[in-house]
Amino acid sequence: MRRVGISAVSALLLLSNSHSAFAEWGLNMTEGVTQLSQNVHGLHMTIFYICVAIAVVVFGVMLYSIIYHRKSRGAKAANFHESTTVEILWTLIPLIILVVMAIPATQTLIDMYDAEDAEIDIQVTGYQWKWRYTYLNEDVDFFSILTTPQEQIDNKEAKGENYLLEVDNPLVVPVDTKIRFLLTAKDVIHSWWVPDLAVKKDTIPGFINESWTIIDKPGIYRGQCTELCGKGHGFMPIVVKAVSKEEYATWITEQAIAQAAAREVKDMSYEELMAQGESVYKSNCAACHQANGSGMPPVFPALAGSKIALGDIADHIDIVLNGKKGSAMGAYAEQLSVSDIAAVVTYERNAWGNDKGDMATPKQVKQQKESGK
Amino acid sequence: MSHAIESADHHHGPDKGFLRWVYTTNHKDIGTMYLLLALGSLLIGGTMAFVIRAELFQPGLQLVDPNFFNQMTTMHGLIMVFGAIMPAFVGLANWLVPMMIGAPDMALPRINNWSFWLLPFAFGMLLCTLFMDGGAPNFGWTFYAPLSTSYAPPSVTFFIFSVHIMGISSIMGAVNVIVTIFNMRAPGMTFMKMPLFVWTWLITAFLLIAVMPVLAGVVTMMLMDIHFGTSFFDAAGGGDPVLFQHVFWFFGHPEVYIMILPAFGIVSHIISTFSRKPLFGYTSMVWATASIAVLSFIVWAHHMFTVGLPLVGELFFMYSTMLIAVPTGVKVFNWVTTMFRGSMTFETPMLFAIAFVVLFTIGGLSGLMLAIAPADFQYHDTYFVVAHFHYVLVPGALFSILAGVYYWLPKWCGRMYSETLGKWHFWLSFIGVNITFFPMHFVGLAGMPRRIPDYALQFADFNAIVSVGAFIFGLSQLIFVYNLWRTTIGGKGEQATDKVWDEPDGLEWDIPSPAPYHSFQEPPQVK
Repeated sequence: MRRVGISAVSALLLLSNSHSAFAEWGLNMTEGVTQLSQNVHGLHMTIFYICVAIAVVVFGVMLYSIIYHRKSRGAKAANFHESTTVEILWTLIPLIILVVMAIPATQTLIDMYDAEDAEIDIQVTGYQWKWRYTYLNEDVDFFSILTTPQEQIDNKEAKGENYLLEVDNPLVVPVDTKIRFLLTAKDVIHSWWVPDLAVKKDTIPGFINESWTIIDKPGIYRGQCTELCGKGHGFMPIVVKAVSKEEYATWITEQAIAQAAAREVKDMSYEELMAQGESVYKSNCAACHQANGSGMPPVFPALAGSKIALGDIADHIDIVLNGKKGSAMGAYAEQLSVSDIAAVVTYERNAWGNDKGDMATPKQVKQQKESGK
Repeated sequence: MSHAIESADHHHGPDKGFLRWVYTTNHKDIGTMYLLLALGSLLIGGTMAFVIRAELFQPGLQLVDPNFFNQMTTMHGLIMVFGAIMPAFVGLANWLVPMMIGAPDMALPRINNWSFWLLPFAFGMLLCTLFMDGGAPNFGWTFYAPLSTSYAPPSVTFFIFSVHIMGISSIMGAVNVIVTIFNMRAPGMTFMKMPLFVWTWLITAFLLIAVMPVLAGVVTMMLMDIHFGTSFFDAAGGGDPVLFQHVFWFFGHPEVYIMILPAFGIVSHIISTFSRKPLFGYTSMVWATASIAVLSFIVWAHHMFTVGLPLVGELFFMYSTMLIAVPTGVKVFNWVTTMFRGSMTFETPMLFAIAFVVLFTIGGLSGLMLAIAPADFQYHDTYFVVAHFHYVLVPGALFSILAGVYYWLPKWCGRMYSETLGKWHFWLSFIGVNITFFPMHFVGLAGMPRRIPDYALQFADFNAIVSVGAFIFGLSQLIFVYNLWRTTIGGKGEQATDKVWDEPDGLEWDIPSPAPYHSFQEPPQVK
């Protein structure tokens, strides 16, 4: 009877093969690119084969009985119904298999918990719905946000190769280096998972978890959030870019300089603000307030024609900087640079039919941020 | 049933019409209502599964927005667990426990009435949240804080109240089962002569009494956090979000066994009857059930391997979880040995019972894989887990309920169901369930997280197959509904004999079919 199920499945497989090649089909756990991920894969395969062996024996006996001990073949029922020996045997044998299995599992687990002597410490912070990476001993700190356009998600455009698994700023790390991740979250619980590294750890608001990896091969490794964290749960991927140590050294220096430059407050024109504002809005605000500013009332209010966007500019900056208590609106003072905030406020006041015509300058935002109002 | 009422029960009978069902204290009426409630919930929860699978048929967002998708996964889980599986087992217990132990009714009939009638209101309230401002609960059926507290929609308060009411109902139901079994067994029926369904339900009832208050506790802590300014689960106020998970899973893991132990009982009866052979290893079955129940209290954190438990904790929960495989294995081996050298026939209940053994074993084996903590880092919260628990709950718990209904229906209503329709129902369900849940193992291993409304392209083909399977499985349940209607209300099907099957074992087969309103007026003697 299982054969029927299997052939039905394979028939369906053939029928439904419309949009991607068979070669791309993932069937099994990845071996990954670290020693640990390979150990985990090894454990997975061992326990899998043990399970298959048990299943073959159990289902084999069952199938044999179903075929040969059926009434329609004239089988007469035996009357045995107890055997202490057999019961003890099939309690002990599984127990021994389990002990055999527990030994390598324990060893791997002990290795996974040894996060000491890391050369690089990176803090991973989960936000609804993006990741923040802070290189603890460097002056580098950035957010990593989904770049798949909303049009692809809404089926208005063809989906790209890395649909839902692409971000603006990947986490860049060197190969052959012990990297320690310190994981936490700002709002709800998220979980940071990159299958190729066999690292999955929950990020919990108010607590710091620890994990580590040593990547063997340069490459781009993709993962996703694996703890339900609200409506954007499926839209906060993780991209890790592993590069050579030299490349990493160059990258981290450049990043530090670029970020220092971005923190400087410079004057920007209205056009510059609007252009930057649109991209900031798309990555940070559109998930709730929607690309066209219409929001999703009552939880996420519309910005087009809203009292805030058309009211006093200081109040508008304030709500972006500090969020709104008791609502889903978070504080962006830590998340966005002052020029980003100036840009997005300007954009919101002058897009989708909002026509205030005024602009927020980075200086003004900085002033307001420092005054704490 | 009317024949039985007039002859055997002339001093008092049921009220007429609708009020009969409101006022009834009869174990059979209440059992029927529980089963109908479960069937209704199954259809509602199934419709929600259709919404989920329709959205996931292709990548991209087609039908629903992510927030509504989360409401569907949450409500589907809650309704199937608390509305379908649990009430169905209580319904079966109501019908069968008195008949199996030779009693006229349950020990506490008025409590029985109340524990049923709480449920329609609890579920009515839960369903109402779908129409509230901000929508229904959208934080998963496991409702992890702080997503379910500080970040929850306002309807969470109604959800909490609804869970409280369900909990009260479950505890009263469990008390009733325990009191009935302890006090109303026929003379001569010692504990080690009790039918296995009675044994498994007795142990289940103790589990319910132990953990339902824990569930009530955890939702009350949520309520306090949301409305009264406490910080049980808020680190900013000195609390701990992980505490929520510990308390929830201390309830949640025994809950898993609450949903499977009675299934073990049902399947044991059916396999023995249709193999025409006594159950192999009755004593070891009882002990295995009891040890599974005890172990269920010390394995809860295997749901939390990735929350950052200390190494020692991780090891403890890995070992204790692996241990559960031993008594579970004993049960499976006993069933297979019962079939071995039997004289088997394959009526619908037996087909479902055999499918139960095969598919529940698959679910059990993937559970063993999940117990290996380092490997669980790759499995956790992916579709591999979804495949695992659906294998134990759908072809596990649900198939056992379907098998039980087919097996005892002729005793309940006095007529045979249509075997042809039953076989159609079985084969479509069996094929559908495997097309639905087997590929989930693959997408899970390949890296698809659970509870996402949209997915990367490499998961597309398997998801399409899964959705097709889900629709086959879901729609084939309508055959079951029709078969039930046809046999009971429709009055079709031949008259059932008192024994119904070929020499089945148990007191319920000694009374007429349909069973009289009060099963045993005179206690039978058990030798």
